[in-house]
Amino acid sequence: MSEAQTPHLAITDLNAWYGESHVLHGITLDVKPGELVTLIGRNGAGKTTTLRSIMGMLKNRKGSVRCLGQETIGLRTYQIARLGLGFCPEDRGIFASLDVQENLMLPPVLKPGGMSEDELFAIFPNLKTRFNSPGTKLSGGEQQMLAIARILRTGASLLLLDEPTEGLAPVIVKQIGRLIGQLKARGFTIILVEQNIQIASQWADRHFVLESGRVVDQVEGGDLTAHMPRLKTYLGV
Amino acid sequence: MDIFGVSPQLLLGQLLLGLINGSFYAMLSLGLAVIFGLMNVVNFAHGAQYMLGAFVAWLLLTMFGVPYWGALVIAPVVIALFGMALERFLLRRLQNEDHLFGLLATYAVALIVEGLVLHGYGSSGLPYTNPIPGGVMLGFMFLPYYRLWVVAISLVLCLGTWLLIERTKLGSYLRAANERSELVEAFGINVPKLVTLTYGFGVGLAALGGVLAAPIYSVSPSMGTNMIVVVFAVVVIGGMGSIAGAIVSGYALGLAEGLTKVFYPAGANMTIFALMILALMIWPSGLFSKAQ
Repeated sequence: MSEAQTPHLAITDLNAWYGESHVLHGITLDVKPGELVTLIGRNGAGKTTTLRSIMGMLKNRKGSVRCLGQETIGLRTYQIARLGLGFCPEDRGIFASLDVQENLMLPPVLKPGGMSEDELFAIFPNLKTRFNSPGTKLSGGEQQMLAIARILRTGASLLLLDEPTEGLAPVIVKQIGRLIGQLKARGFTIILVEQNIQIASQWADRHFVLESGRVVDQVEGGDLTAHMPRLKTYLGV
Repeated sequence: MDIFGVSPQLLLGQLLLGLINGSFYAMLSLGLAVIFGLMNVVNFAHGAQYMLGAFVAWLLLTMFGVPYWGALVIAPVVIALFGMALERFLLRRLQNEDHLFGLLATYAVALIVEGLVLHGYGSSGLPYTNPIPGGVMLGFMFLPYYRLWVVAISLVLCLGTWLLIERTKLGSYLRAANERSELVEAFGINVPKLVTLTYGFGVGLAALGGVLAAPIYSVSPSMGTNMIVVVFAVVVIGGMGSIAGAIVSGYALGLAEGLTKVFYPAGANMTIFALMILALMIWPSGLFSKAQ
């Protein structure tokens, strides 16, 4: 395997538990540099849990999770993040006691090569005008933009985006879809959890289908229409 | 000229005493609020740590001849290190348990520490010489310089801590971690270290309060117990974990206590608790709570 093809993320037989309950049952998947993969599946299939396990936010996990070439199974969450991971949680995780600027600047720079403030304001012009408002006073769409913008500053190269379009107006969903395309074009490696099949299929190289904490199928992203009936059975739509 | 049948001398004098007591309440409840905000630990050892500050200052003076000004720096650092060890080896193990475990563990630590000091040095107060003797006649009362110093340094510490938390980058980490520490850690911030340092800071603040108290109140094993009960009432009134709430209600309750001493001396000791019950009935999560 050449250097360039070493996966940015390689998960092998990952098992994880919330307290007593066994939630991930031997997840195996890999993501190559610059690739965009989605995790799809019904509610409760283990998509969010998989992202949280990658970050080490589930303390009880077994198996192997190699991020950017390093085994992380024994590391703490902050040590994993420092390898160059950016996490955008499902509920956006905007802090109410921090203003927009503080929210944006909160994640420390992990690696060189992150976007500058000017670049971010070019992509997210709204954030600049709301700089001193409390973070949670923004609209849902603006909060989502802020949640993504703050991890682009840090130099993270592997982004974990958990349902970035959930609960947003169609026009904002389109904007976020375009943004994800831009991020892919810039070379970010992205794992996207997405219920919106339109967004999920637009840019993805591969889809991993999860069910009950297992990867039950893998679908190539390219020719979506051919796979649509199959995907739809998994999603139950 | 009397004010509501009370001489201005008495009124202003008691208000000033209230302000001094309030300075201690504010400093101690501030430390408790900082600790509770980040760790969700009700630090019942806070009174013992305050007492240890005074006690270490006394030891430094009598055993090693270290004067007050040296003790003011050394004692809080020593007690803060003790606190950080306590966090690292005891409280961290309890962080995923119910809040009650942290409360019980710190209460046990308080009892052990007080028991050891009691066993070694007895219950009668140990004297500590006033490092700034003298004072100034204000017309209505004699104000000892030392008490002026206590009020001043307490104000500086409270304001400084507030600025640190509300206006700095480090403070933004703290505020964010108060809300969701696991997400802050997922951004690459070493939250375990932040927790240890925060506990150390809160404990150091309590110990500094103890050193400041040594020349005013006598240094005794029970000095913390008496103080901590009042300080918990202050924290409840201000809102658990609220920094501004802890500071403002600390001073306000000191003054309220002073006023009661003028108008209804018999009720002075229960004023704060009566106010606490009232506050709990009207604003159950505290005057300054953001949770509402």
